[in-house]
Amino acid sequence: MYEIVGKKNLGEGINLYIISAPDIALKALPGQFIILRVNKNGERIPITIANSDKNDKTVTILVQTLGKTTHLLSELNVGDSLADVVGPLGVPTEIEKFGTVVCVGGGFGIAAIYPIAKALKSAGNNVISIIGARSKELLLMENEMRSASSEILVATNDGSYGTKGIVTDVLRELIYDKKIQIDRVIAIGPVIMMKAVSDLTRENSIKTMVSLNPIMIDGTGMCGACRVLVDKKTKFACVDGPDFDGHLVDFDNLMNRLKFYKEEEKASYECHMKQHHKA
Amino acid sequence: MDKNANTSTHNSLETKERLKIKKHDMQCQPPEERRHNFKEVPYGYSPEEAVEEAKRCIQCKRPYCVEGCPVNIDIPAFVKLIEEGDFLGAAKKIKETNSLPAICGRVCPQEDQCEKVCTIGKRKDTPSVAIGNLERFVADYESKYGDIHIETKKGKGKKVAVVGGGPAGLTVAGDLCKMGYSVSIFEALHEIGGVLMYGIPEFRLPKEILLRELKVLEDMGVEIFTNEVIGKTITVDELLNERGYSAVFIGTGAGTPKFLNIPGEELNGVYSANEFLTRVNLMRAYNKSEYDTPIKCGKTLVVFGAGNTAMDAVRTGLRLGYDDARIFYRRSRKEMTARLEEVHHAEEEGVKFEFLINPIRFIGDENHNVTAVECERMELGEPDESGRRRPIPIKGSEFITPIDAAVIAIGTNVNPIVPSSTPGMNLNKWGYIIADENTGKTTKKGVFAGGDIVTGAATVILAMGAGKKAAVAIDKYLETGIW
Repeated sequence: MYEIVGKKNLGEGINLYIISAPDIALKALPGQFIILRVNKNGERIPITIANSDKNDKTVTILVQTLGKTTHLLSELNVGDSLADVVGPLGVPTEIEKFGTVVCVGGGFGIAAIYPIAKALKSAGNNVISIIGARSKELLLMENEMRSASSEILVATNDGSYGTKGIVTDVLRELIYDKKIQIDRVIAIGPVIMMKAVSDLTRENSIKTMVSLNPIMIDGTGMCGACRVLVDKKTKFACVDGPDFDGHLVDFDNLMNRLKFYKEEEKASYECHMKQHHKA
Repeated sequence: MDKNANTSTHNSLETKERLKIKKHDMQCQPPEERRHNFKEVPYGYSPEEAVEEAKRCIQCKRPYCVEGCPVNIDIPAFVKLIEEGDFLGAAKKIKETNSLPAICGRVCPQEDQCEKVCTIGKRKDTPSVAIGNLERFVADYESKYGDIHIETKKGKGKKVAVVGGGPAGLTVAGDLCKMGYSVSIFEALHEIGGVLMYGIPEFRLPKEILLRELKVLEDMGVEIFTNEVIGKTITVDELLNERGYSAVFIGTGAGTPKFLNIPGEELNGVYSANEFLTRVNLMRAYNKSEYDTPIKCGKTLVVFGAGNTAMDAVRTGLRLGYDDARIFYRRSRKEMTARLEEVHHAEEEGVKFEFLINPIRFIGDENHNVTAVECERMELGEPDESGRRRPIPIKGSEFITPIDAAVIAIGTNVNPIVPSSTPGMNLNKWGYIIADENTGKTTKKGVFAGGDIVTGAATVILAMGAGKKAAVAIDKYLETGIW
């Protein structure tokens, strides 16, 4: 049904998959996500759409192998199919001509921010992208981001490429040293990064949107697992988000909720790997 | 004596004799056994029990039971066929009006519908005929021994799209298919069935039975598309304008869960009933060795609410392994909205009910996991707008209960996906779709709606009733073209 028509290993257990999903490809807009199940006994996991192609009728996703489900996925190859793919879910990112927009993508978040940067640029914005990773080898989609931005800045933790440090350092420099007038910031990456970016821009009242990734089950507004606190109110990331005003998000709550099943996830992965290696 | 008894067509047994027959309850799995497994609670009637129970029906001249049934099943007729031993005939009779009898026999609140108005039940000493049990019996009998085949007319040459594969959608689909329409169901989840799949637990409605009823629909020719979120993947307008559907029925069901809006509700271990039940039912989290979706278990579980969903959640908790599963309800026993049978089963299984208790806040540990709930005691005041006496907090009555998990089962709000993506379809002030009660017609031409997306959270059978009416109205619209 949902055939994998392309797969590329991007290093560090990260794979890019191009999946045949005609209806989703026709509709997907920047900021939206899919939910997939690898097999009939699998869990439903939400993954941001990194790209969609209306002609090829495909969607592209990047997935890092972290547990059993993502490991099962990593074992699939071109020609194999996923049990279920549903989408495009969530409210698309607001794309308008804002002026100067800074797109901050950290690690894995670069895949999610890429279609947004691309759309913002097409809408006539001056798009400055700040992308970061632990090291040069781990930096994802640099070329794509370069073409989707007017200017690109890179940060690596080990200093092997671009500024040594984190993306927030680069953003701080833009705001305080270069004194660039920024009309909007979009930040997608680890929760801790989105929190740091939001804290920084709050000081300067720069509107900042973040994309949240809580645990989800149905992803269509039924179960409430993905609830997040925004402005102290309960919101559902699947139907109210995933984009929210970073200045109003309770990031600590999100981080805590993401940890809930860590033990079970670890046990399930270990059990799976044990069986896997036996076989 | 009973003037309503129709002796002329039903003379094999005198009414007097019928009234002497004792009501047959279904045999059930013993409570201490079943609280540890997910197998169905009642075993169902044997053929002998079914015949004996059917004999209790006095075949009223004016069968109030039919009026009491939201889909107007010809109850006296099918009960008579059971009495005569023609179980397959009885099944066929039910299926003239109801495509999903095995489900209705199990989850309908018969005590508030057909059995509530049963003539003999109105007498002092004779309980109502166990219509629900009989319906269930014939449906199960047919599945075992019958060759289920539902006649469909051919050649209407028109396609109808049904949005949502729950009770309302399944009913519309079945009925329209019988009339000869090509019907496609678009289901958002990976499995069809709606609340019957994700909400109602295995021990109350085994998935096997649901799948069996769904297969009947498929065999009739209903086309089923899973993983299609109408409003996202395809819009209602696209179904009408680009995909060739002449009419659309929207039955998307319950929406986002309601929460208590008290401090600490965001702690880990505080679930909505929908999440708790979806993990266990749709995702089969109770079967850890085979399925990947996790669920935690601890010692004490408290469920807030006293409707059927609350009963499903608390009894699911027991079966997952919670030693102590309780219901906390802010009103009294009398105001509970759950079916009596469910409350009774829950109590038998060891669920503790505590009334007139209102939660104030959840308390968590350093890992953000819930460890306790603080509540206050309530007393009943004057009736509120629902007609039930309003609970009022008793000052200084606060107390703390240690818990490992909490489930909030206090209802749902509207799901925004279809309403917000369908221009021209008016909504009420809560965001539910405005639809005519008798036809399901919305304010948008060609679009009908029914079930929880119109009424807010209600029952399976009411959704099916709405589906039935909509099917008739859709047929009329497509035959005449008149909106």
